[in-house]
Amino acid sequence: MTTVTTTAPAPGSSAGEQPVLTIDDVHVTFRGEHHGDPGIPAVRGVSLQVAAGEALAVVGESGSGKSATMLAVLGLHGHATVRGSVRFDGRELLGSPESVLRTVRGAGIAMIFQDPMTSLNPVLTVGRQLAMAMHAHQPGLSRQAAQQRAVELLERVAIPQARRRCEAYPHELSGGMRQRVIIAMAIANRPRVLIADEPTTALDVTVQAQIVELLGELRRDEGLALILVTHDLGVVAGAADRVAVMYAGTVVEHGPVDAFFAAPGHPYGRGLLGCLARLDRDAEPVPIGGHPVSPRQLPPGCSFAPRCPLAEPSCDDHPPSLRPWGATVVACDVVTRAAGSSMVAS
Amino acid sequence: MIRYLARRVAVMPLLLLGTASMVFVVSRATSGNPLVSIVGARNLNNPVIVAAAKQRWGLDRSLPVQYGRFMINLLRGDLGTSFSTRRPVLRDLWDRLPATLELTIAALVLGSAVGILLGVLAARHRNRALDHGARAVGLLGSSLPAFWLGMLLLYLLYSRLGWVQGPNRLNARVRPPTRLTGFFTVDSLLHGQWSLLWQACMHLVLPATVLAWGVVGIVSRLVRASLLEELSSEYVRVARAMGLRERTVVATHALRNALLPTITIVAFAFAYLITNAVLVEKVFSWPGVGSYAVEAARQLDYPAVAGVTLLGGLAFLLTNLVSDIAYTMADPRIQLS
Ligand SMILES: Nc1ncnc2c1ncn2[C@@H]1O[C@H](COP(=O)(O)OP(=O)(O)O)[C@@H](O)[C@H]1O
Ligand code: SF4
Ligand SMILES: [Mg+2]
Repeated sequence: MTTVTTTAPAPGSSAGEQPVLTIDDVHVTFRGEHHGDPGIPAVRGVSLQVAAGEALAVVGESGSGKSATMLAVLGLHGHATVRGSVRFDGRELLGSPESVLRTVRGAGIAMIFQDPMTSLNPVLTVGRQLAMAMHAHQPGLSRQAAQQRAVELLERVAIPQARRRCEAYPHELSGGMRQRVIIAMAIANRPRVLIADEPTTALDVTVQAQIVELLGELRRDEGLALILVTHDLGVVAGAADRVAVMYAGTVVEHGPVDAFFAAPGHPYGRGLLGCLARLDRDAEPVPIGGHPVSPRQLPPGCSFAPRCPLAEPSCDDHPPSLRPWGATVVACDVVTRAAGSSMVAS
Repeated sequence: MIRYLARRVAVMPLLLLGTASMVFVVSRATSGNPLVSIVGARNLNNPVIVAAAKQRWGLDRSLPVQYGRFMINLLRGDLGTSFSTRRPVLRDLWDRLPATLELTIAALVLGSAVGILLGVLAARHRNRALDHGARAVGLLGSSLPAFWLGMLLLYLLYSRLGWVQGPNRLNARVRPPTRLTGFFTVDSLLHGQWSLLWQACMHLVLPATVLAWGVVGIVSRLVRASLLEELSSEYVRVARAMGLRERTVVATHALRNALLPTITIVAFAFAYLITNAVLVEKVFSWPGVGSYAVEAARQLDYPAVAGVTLLGGLAFLLTNLVSDIAYTMADPRIQLS
């Protein structure tokens, strides 16, 4: 198995602020079905961090290991081996017992998932599910207090007629409403970090914008550290401070959103931006050809090499590490070697 | 909802009349002579006795006339008189029904409880010893013939070990409690007759266990499969991500959904229990509808056979109705119209 070592520190948050969550060189390998099967190396040395009130976007094609990384943070993997380090508030989470993880889940770090249609229990009312989320961390909370707080939470996420909606079953709500309910559940115990794994993918475009706006609002008002996982760069622009681009289980580019949008460094990042036909630029959209590489059959060197327009023979020698490139870090030896040369301007 | 139920109930008499017609045809088409049991084998050669008996029981009429009378009486709520007990079939059934209901309901409760418990354990210890053990227990019950299992347990637990009481509903010459429900356990409880209650339970436990064992397998397999499916669903992952205890996740979130399909299987389980009660009642000399059915069939007691079959059909229809209602009430997504 190949590992990518980080030689340059990933760009941190705004000067000097302590990250509340630090993901450090995390590896996730899904166990093989039978003996001798090496398993699927879905995440290979990912390092990320967020500080309070900061938003980090994690982008990449589907299958690039975004969800696997986030599930590892909360120890929610069933059949995977996880290595590395995840520190929340200075405390190591990886390898911690269930009892410790349980107190962090929901109360320290909350997570919401892609599909609001299946994320709620179909046979329990919205109010009941909110109350259950609260009782997980506040066992002494009275019924009335939980109910009261449930209404407040639904109002907080802008659900009209909140009191009545508490009695509703999930199937009586639209997809957007359900995602709001899930966000309400996620903030019910005032977590400090919110991981939103493709929260808008399953929603209508107009609703998508509203949900992203709501998440941004919560981040500002409650000082949440937000990790916004998406495969849609369009969502990232207004919603995040920093962006990390993942490919085949590694971070291939990481830096401030502005810098990334102004001049992406990694050929894959450039391709992604090219896909996003931007109105304020004359450049032709450059779609990325080929298919995402399977984590079962990784190339020996740079895993993007089979699809890379800049690939050189040396790219197959060893996996590139993240190196500084302008305001960002980029895992592409060809680009970082040529830093400052004419290539950058393209 | 009300209208849906009304429609369901409205078609029941039609279904039962259809069943009755089928019973008539099948019983008359069966080779064998009901006169053997009416007049006795010795008198079969005596034409006077035979003719009188035929006339007495209406067997001298043509089949269409017999059928017409049968259906007309049925519509009046008259199931006829049993050839062998010489009592109205309805009376016989009324006397014997509580014994069978007590047995099958006890078996249903026991079978579902054990089945659900084993299913949950199997799912939570998937592919480990406990899972295999639960599977073996279920398989044993559904593959061993009930009468064989009954005789084996009767021999072991009653004759050899003396842990439980033997055949019948109570010990010999013991007066049953005054009938309120006809369930000896319930009636003795209501009358405060504690030793009688204990005795009734010790008689009930073995046949109920044998009967229940037959449905443990299907219930536990279903619960296991649907619980595993629910446990891998997205809302369970969300619940875990919210920091809920695994116990809460299983008991409140997943099991509630997993038990929905179980409600439907319970109706089938009940039908199975009613069928198998026939054999178990025979083995345990249980004075219920089942042993009555065996005698009726053996003696070609037409009215009794028809009565038992109709009762079975009615039980099946009602069970399905109840399970549909239960399903509707348990799943908020379903709205009957
Ligand atoms: N439960 C699992 N078992 C085996 N492989 C998995 C499992 N979940 C994800 N994978 C694999 O891990 C890789 C990363 O998946 P994922 O993290 O879900 O990607 P993303 O969220 O970026 O779309 C994919 O190749 C996927 O096929
Ligand atoms: S290292 Fe080579 S193959 Fe990989 S992205 Fe850079 S140029 Fe392309
Ligand atoms: Mg994903």
